[in-house]
Amino acid sequence: MQNLALETVAPVVESVPVPKITAKDVNVHYGEKHAIKDVSVDIPAKGVMSFIGPSGCGKSTFLRCINRMNDTIPICRVTGDLRIDGRDIYEPGLDPVLLRARVGMVFQKPNPFPKSIYENVAYGPRLHGLASNKVEMDELVEWALRRAGLFEEVKDRLKDSGTSLSGGQQQRLCIARAISVRPEVILMDEPCSALDPIATAKIEELIDELRANFTIVIVTHSMQQAARVSQRTAFFHLGKVIEEGVTDQIFMNPRHELTRNYITGRFG
Amino acid sequence: MTELAQTLSPAPVAGVDFASGAARARLKKRYRSEARFKALGLAAVLVTAAFLVLLLADIIRKGAPAFFEHRAQLSITLDPATIDPKGTREISELRSADYQILVRAALIAQFPEASDRRSRRELDRVLSSGAVDDLRSAVIADPSIIGQTRSMPLLLSADADLFMRQKSRLIERRKGAGPLHVEGEGANISIAGGGNVFAVALAEMKTLLAARIRAATAELAGLQAGGTSATVDAKRAELEKDIAALQARAAAATSPETLTDREPSLIVAIGGGLLKITEIGSSEAKAVTLVPPKPGAIITEWSLLKITTPESNRRVSDRVAAWVETLSARGLIENGFAWRFFTNGDSREPELAGIRGALIGSALTLLVTLLLCVPIGVAAAIYLEEFAPKNRLTDILEVNINNLAAVPSIVFGLLGLAVFLNAFDLPRSAPLVGGLVLALLILPTIIIASRAALRAVPPSIKEAALGLGASHQQAVFHHVLPLAMPGIMTGTIIGMAHALGETAPLLMIGMVAFIVDIPQAITEAATVLPVQIFLWSDLPELAFQSRTAAAIIVLLGFLLVMNAAAVILRKMFERRW
Ligand SMILES: Nc1ncnc2c1ncn2[C@@H]1O[C@H](COP(=O)(O)OP(=O)(O)OP(=O)(O)O)[C@@H](O)[C@H]1O
Ligand SMILES: [Mg+2]
Repeated sequence: MQNLALETVAPVVESVPVPKITAKDVNVHYGEKHAIKDVSVDIPAKGVMSFIGPSGCGKSTFLRCINRMNDTIPICRVTGDLRIDGRDIYEPGLDPVLLRARVGMVFQKPNPFPKSIYENVAYGPRLHGLASNKVEMDELVEWALRRAGLFEEVKDRLKDSGTSLSGGQQQRLCIARAISVRPEVILMDEPCSALDPIATAKIEELIDELRANFTIVIVTHSMQQAARVSQRTAFFHLGKVIEEGVTDQIFMNPRHELTRNYITGRFG
Repeated sequence: MTELAQTLSPAPVAGVDFASGAARARLKKRYRSEARFKALGLAAVLVTAAFLVLLLADIIRKGAPAFFEHRAQLSITLDPATIDPKGTREISELRSADYQILVRAALIAQFPEASDRRSRRELDRVLSSGAVDDLRSAVIADPSIIGQTRSMPLLLSADADLFMRQKSRLIERRKGAGPLHVEGEGANISIAGGGNVFAVALAEMKTLLAARIRAATAELAGLQAGGTSATVDAKRAELEKDIAALQARAAAATSPETLTDREPSLIVAIGGGLLKITEIGSSEAKAVTLVPPKPGAIITEWSLLKITTPESNRRVSDRVAAWVETLSARGLIENGFAWRFFTNGDSREPELAGIRGALIGSALTLLVTLLLCVPIGVAAAIYLEEFAPKNRLTDILEVNINNLAAVPSIVFGLLGLAVFLNAFDLPRSAPLVGGLVLALLILPTIIIASRAALRAVPPSIKEAALGLGASHQQAVFHHVLPLAMPGIMTGTIIGMAHALGETAPLLMIGMVAFIVDIPQAITEAATVLPVQIFLWSDLPELAFQSRTAAAIIVLLGFLLVMNAAAVILRKMFERRW
């Protein structure tokens, strides 16, 4: 059983109708360690794709390739072809800082800035000059907070510190912050792992709403969550994508034994 | 699938049996070791605290007197003929006038008998030369007081001040019993009292003879061991004669004793006057006048003062002591807070020496240090922590910065001497150079503290900013640096406190000179507080010793304030994330 991963045929990659992001033969090395091996995935526009897989299989690593967050790790080396809307995001002339404005990110642990709630949301738009005056900024902040389903809860305390919110509220604040710059893609790395079921349900609801306007990629350890929120799923194992396809099909009828083992909870 | 298999197989060791004897013994051992550690820790804290308290108590005890001074409240006639004979009221005239005459006249008004040349000279030792300067400043500040007679506080000299402080310890006062008859005047006073009034004092003087006999006998024994020669023999004969004479004097319990400046001084206080005994018998004495008694005083009201330290062993003569004592008895001496300790520069006169110059010198020096250190230190820390590539070069740099923090401070002084003074030709003893040297000294501290503060900011904050499309630099300056600021400020303040207390490197660049003037600019010669302490601690006068301790108190006060500020800053800006 141990050698199962090595024996398998290459994962099946179906063609996606309108791919927003296409990855082809992406490899990532942390120094000597080969963390992502020949991963090819298409991520559809305006939808949710989830990455599942056992711990340490490279989900976060691959996610962080999409907004070039891995550039901040000196020993990390990314090769292969990664495109958003057909444009190579690793081409030399591209500024990763501008890319990150288009590809937002929500992290596993809520990480609001230790500033006011308002400032948390306003920071991104201010950075990119999205609002030309205070009124516009107020509108934008309210919009983002509303989209994140947080506005009603915090509208009277926008001046309070973002860190004074509860964990779930903080995570929604982070989502509001991410969408405030109106990115095209939102990457979420286990956004609910620090939250209770009610807060998780809220976030899932939110993801479902956001999918109309954003392309969302979510890493999760919860099969149920993946099944609930995503339309497509990729199963990672030891740095490879073993199986990738429509979520229902992956969960109902996995083609690969590793996938079946994983989603039935027999290992991982 | 091995993971699954592993969870099913039994654990390789059995669980702990907490009831077994071995487990109980282990528990007991743990309790014992915990109790032992607690006791040791407590003992360590107590020992440290005890030493600290001891040190502080000693410094405060020594230094407290320096914050107070004695002043004689004398009425001074501001004679226009002396101050401003031409009547121009020009500052230069007022400044060059001889105020010493006025001060002396005020004292002579108190002690009219002391108007001869010798007495006048001695009278000058009652008051400080600062009294004259104070008077001059008062007149220049308000020339309209010329011509008036007003009561002004005049600073006592250091010796007189010390006498006032030690009076209660120095003087034994015994109330006299029975009437005394005082006859004669000036240096020829004879005192007669009935019924052995001086018998006790005489007996005390006789017991002092025993010590002299012992000393002479010891000397004789030394000579005897030394062999024989003509001179030694002569000396021995002389000593033997001395001893015999002393023994005879000691034996004759009622024979009068002559008092010299090598014995304790005996002074009769009667009728507001003070008479110093030169020869004492059991019921009569010969004396000289220190302060003449009022005529017609009640002769039964008198007391005998004994100044235990012989006159030759103290700085204040019997006469000066008598004058100060009389002024004090007349209620003219006040003890007040010595503001001049904070407003004066250094001085050769201990009662005039203050720390103003050193304080300003320290402030200017620290200003230079701060202005250099904070921008350079913080910029270096940010660069090294956030932007520098991690390679051999930056590793070497880092190791060297850490090593630099451990370099003895005197080395920085030598560097300053070689580079700033010799190569750049900057002025000696100047706060500019002092500040440069101290900046070099504390730069590593600030860099290390700032880097630690930057590193302590959770990376998730920076990632959040980067994820929003902030550049690395924006993320650092918008988020990381503000969060690290309290830590950086704390490090800076602690570094500055370190610089404030630093002495050795400043000695090397000549900030150790005796400087009276208050420095006005960073290029003027100055000294700093710790160096001032170093300078004063070297001086023999008791008053300087207490000023040393007082300056230490001030320095400790500043250090305390700085460290408290660091703690408060840290508490105030402490954030949750
Ligand atoms: N900064 C790094 N330096 C070196 N190796 C790393 C680094 N980050 C991740 N790795 C390695 O890369 C591999 C993939 O890590 P990654 O964080 O992508 O896993 P993951 O699938 O997100 O796991 P989890 O579900 O536990 O978050 C792991 O083996 C990990 O040890
Ligand atoms: Mg992960």
